[in-house]
Amino acid sequence: MNKKTTPITLTETEYALPGNRACTGCGLSIAYRHGLKALGENIILTVPASCLTVLQGMYPVSSMTVPCLNTAFETTAASASGIRAALKALGKEDITVIGWAGDGGTADIGIQALSGAAERNTDFIYVCYDNEAYMNTGTQKSGSTPKGAWTTTSVGGKMEHKKDMARIMAAHDVPYVVTVSPSYPMDLHDKFKKAKEMSGTRYIHILVPCPPGWGYDPQYTVKMGRMAIECGMFDLYEIIDGRFEFYGPSKKLAEKGGRKPIDEYIKAQTRFGKVSDETIAELQAWVDQKWATYRQMGYCE
Amino acid sequence: MKTETGKYMGTKECGHITASSTPSKGEAGRTGDWRVKYPVIDNDVCTPARRGKPSCFICWSFCPDAVISKTVPLIIDLEYCKGCGICAEECPTGAIKMVEEDRS
Amino acid sequence: MTKVKENKVQSAPNVSIMTANYAAAEAARLAGVQVVSAYPITPQSPVVEKLMEYVNDGSMKAEFVTVESEHSAITVCISASAVGARVFTASCANGLALMHEQLHWAAGTRLPIVMAIPNRSMAAPWSILNDQQDSISQRDTGWLQIYCRNNQEVMDSIIQAYRIAEDVMVPTMVCYDGYILSHTMMPVEVPDTDKVTAFLPDYKPHTVLDPANPQNVNPVTLAEPRKNADGVLCHGYFEIRYLLQEAHLRAVEVTRETGIKFGKEFGRPYGLYDTYKCEDADLVAVTLGSIGSQAMDAVDILRDKGYKIGVLSVRLYRPFPALELSEALREIGCRGVAVLEKNVSYGYEGALATDLKAALFEYNVPVFAHSYCMGLGGRDVKTSDIEEALIKSHEYLDKPAAEQRKAQEWINCKL
Repeated sequence: MNKKTTPITLTETEYALPGNRACTGCGLSIAYRHGLKALGENIILTVPASCLTVLQGMYPVSSMTVPCLNTAFETTAASASGIRAALKALGKEDITVIGWAGDGGTADIGIQALSGAAERNTDFIYVCYDNEAYMNTGTQKSGSTPKGAWTTTSVGGKMEHKKDMARIMAAHDVPYVVTVSPSYPMDLHDKFKKAKEMSGTRYIHILVPCPPGWGYDPQYTVKMGRMAIECGMFDLYEIIDGRFEFYGPSKKLAEKGGRKPIDEYIKAQTRFGKVSDETIAELQAWVDQKWATYRQMGYCE
Repeated sequence: MKTETGKYMGTKECGHITASSTPSKGEAGRTGDWRVKYPVIDNDVCTPARRGKPSCFICWSFCPDAVISKTVPLIIDLEYCKGCGICAEECPTGAIKMVEEDRS
Repeated sequence: MTKVKENKVQSAPNVSIMTANYAAAEAARLAGVQVVSAYPITPQSPVVEKLMEYVNDGSMKAEFVTVESEHSAITVCISASAVGARVFTASCANGLALMHEQLHWAAGTRLPIVMAIPNRSMAAPWSILNDQQDSISQRDTGWLQIYCRNNQEVMDSIIQAYRIAEDVMVPTMVCYDGYILSHTMMPVEVPDTDKVTAFLPDYKPHTVLDPANPQNVNPVTLAEPRKNADGVLCHGYFEIRYLLQEAHLRAVEVTRETGIKFGKEFGRPYGLYDTYKCEDADLVAVTLGSIGSQAMDAVDILRDKGYKIGVLSVRLYRPFPALELSEALREIGCRGVAVLEKNVSYGYEGALATDLKAALFEYNVPVFAHSYCMGLGGRDVKTSDIEEALIKSHEYLDKPAAEQRKAQEWINCKL
């Protein structure tokens, strides 16, 4: 069992370079930085239309020191499949293939290609960074937007609950599904490293707080991610060959209880500014039901 | 685009037939110009600075833009620091304060 | 070793009877394709199934990615080609249309993907039968387009397509009429594997995705040139697209040279177009695809009746060889052309007729051009239909120039 990485032991090498176009306090930046540290340089990334496209820079300057093939919005997993097929045909199988897409490119327009790639157990790591809306195009709702959240296309608050991509991927029986958070960067790093050592389709879902899209001051990005986990709106777990296991603070909640009510988390973001008490109650019920299911499935032992 | 001698400098020399970028810091320019406040580390409070050896490094680990050096003491690159304030918010000893930029 | 499983014809060595679909699959195998990704659609499915057979029995060493849609099929080809593998796919009709966005992407990335297209009608309404609306609709995407008259041309053109595409770095479609060619058995001489290998140099990608030299391919590109980290001024979007156009214009000569070289190696030379009985023709039938074969029959019949009519079958449609076609018609000395095609650009007329008229105008060739639409949705094109169209246009030869125009006619419409 490998020891948990700490800020002391974590590599100094930076693969994401400063002075890039990410917003001030971007949660994706933290996740991307640590994900790349774990993956190292022997990778080929493929990235669809998303905030990451912009973070990675405009021609002819890039802001990362790993190779990347930009691809059309709905194609991430298909693009990764092609990279993997070519590497296999050319005998370069030691290179890790990573698809890194947003929630729009994963849960909505990109879900077909992802489902196909997962069904083929394509040998790649798929990373979904979930900022819970189409943030790159100015905050339109996605299938991953939580109920009640304001977006430009759900101005009265989204009516529907969020799609559970991690469970959808687990239903494809892929070897590895894991949820991570930039608020726990050492865990994020270690889970990426663990994924790297495996083969087949590995799915990593990151909840990424977004200051302009969620409506909070940039200094609270890490705090926001922490609060999401503390109230059970987002949970940290792995599903390894179908076996579910909490880790980190979610594991503590499962074993010892103490899950906070969602109110503090909701009220800290202006995207929930106009949400009614009724909707908050519905959201709380959604979280409670999720945890009741965890208990029923035996995940909390 | 004219050079100093007024002669047009074309793009043929780049040799690309499709768009393909190479890495560099500062792709978006001097992103330090974005900020309203900048972080200042009090090395009398900062744990690694006080101890004179690697420890903590939590601000380094959380910085979205990797502008804090993993050194003792830690140095912040103000050329690119966007002033998000995450370092100040997350520092366990409160060693980092955000100070208003003087733009006068 | 060439493994051709069709019924063998006794006459010449390496000649088999096969459908155009099988010819396409065999050509891809001979070309040493390394990655195949395709999604089935009638009448293309036999191409895909044949390739899967080859991969399964080991006679073709390729990675075959069985994707969940055509959009993903072309995407796999794009990324695999970008990494450096020689790739192949096939589609038509709605499947080809589903790829549309990615056709632009492949051309803009300058990838030498080769795609076989057994032309089929676009829905709606549904039709699985032949016309050329599908590939014609894609003529602005930046792909090269070659049209075939028979199954031998399909086999030979796909092989040549790899050489052309990898020279100019432009993706290429090889089109052949669905069912009429795709499912019809014809004698095809199968080129020797080693000779094909020698004819096709190794594919060298222009931009390598390599951890040792990390680049970000196809990022957002601004309107104006911008300096890179080394201070070198790099293209704006406009320049990158100009280079694609420049490659297309070069491709005319590359296609011609490749056809000549193919002739020397394999005994069957190819050009930008073919002519039949045009030497003294007053009227020329201009065609795209298998109508060209059938028009030859119509011309034989009409010649016997005393008409001086010939056929010019366009082979390279994109880039459009405007100069070459204009000069060919000027040299023939005909006074009119009847363009027979299986497509229409709604609101105007047939695409080939439009392009040809523009070329004739540009190069000052004093020839009238009539547009005929035939065969949409698999409407049977009888030789007598072609005769009828040609006789009609022939009647305009002696009219004064101002009266020689004729609105587009849809042949054999039963309204």
